[in-house]
Amino acid sequence: MRRAFTVVVSLKEGLLDPQGKAVLDALPTMGWDNVEEVRVGKHVRLVIDSDDLEGARAQAEEIARRLLANPVIEDVHVTDGAPESRSSADDEEERA
Amino acid sequence: MKRRIAVVTFPGSNDDRDAARAVRRMGGEPVPAWHRDPDLRGADAVILPGGFSYGDYLRCGAIARFAPVMDAIREHAAAGGPVLGVCNGFQILCEAGLLPGALIRNRGLAFICRRVHVRAETARTPFTASVEPGEVLEVPIKHGEGQFVADEPTLARLEDGGQVVFRYCGPDGRVGEEFNPNGAAHHIAGVCNEAGNVVGMMPHPEHAVDPDVGPTGGQALFESLLSAVPVTA
Repeated sequence: MRRAFTVVVSLKEGLLDPQGKAVLDALPTMGWDNVEEVRVGKHVRLVIDSDDLEGARAQAEEIARRLLANPVIEDVHVTDGAPESRSSADDEEERA
Repeated sequence: MKRRIAVVTFPGSNDDRDAARAVRRMGGEPVPAWHRDPDLRGADAVILPGGFSYGDYLRCGAIARFAPVMDAIREHAAAGGPVLGVCNGFQILCEAGLLPGALIRNRGLAFICRRVHVRAETARTPFTASVEPGEVLEVPIKHGEGQFVADEPTLARLEDGGQVVFRYCGPDGRVGEEFNPNGAAHHIAGVCNEAGNVVGMMPHPEHAVDPDVGPTGGQALFESLLSAVPVTA
């Protein structure tokens, strides 16, 4: 079963974000002068093939912790793995 | 007998050839190593060169740290063998947990490619053994993600433990904001592990050994390495 996890990687609080600052500095030119903070992170979609939800979740957490985020500078959050079908054709095949 | 210095090539490494050339020019024997190699072929030391391994995808060095050759490098480091990470190599060593801290985007966001001065802070590493603490070396930097960061306890530990190896400085060795190209914490350009055998640095010593081409601040590192390294039996 395909399970889709969403991993959000954020810069740790207090760490300087030069990218976020560049975005923030650009906002007045769009006409917005009331934006106080911008911090840029990452969104990763992980699709794991597993019939065991707990095992898949643990795997997603390990991938997130060891590769997707650097614990020195980033925090990471993994959502639950919703089951996902490949296509309606696959669903037909599974039902058959 | 020449010291054998392994130089690792990851997909996207581009300073591997200059690192090998510098080793050869300074009197050592470079040993090309491929990211999939299971061992370092008995090399006495290993260099992780600069470049853009795996396109800097995800984070610089994030993917290279899982390359098969890293197991051999870890073993070599654990046994006290000299390991030098230059630029992307430094990033890989930090991602692999072989060095503390992390390298993030330059404070000014721009990619910087120019000569700088760095002050050697310690002679306790194989790469600075023949350097006087306080000695100033002129070397080039070329990086977009060279800002060294670490939390306050780690920075204190590095300073107290003599793990800061190089600091950005002026030509006379003075340290200050005006000489820090990327905002690195404490103006740190290079660090070592607790044991002192693993060193990471953002500047490129391999591009600074040939007087016909530019400054020669890198010669001291290769001289140190090639005289300090015991030849493997």
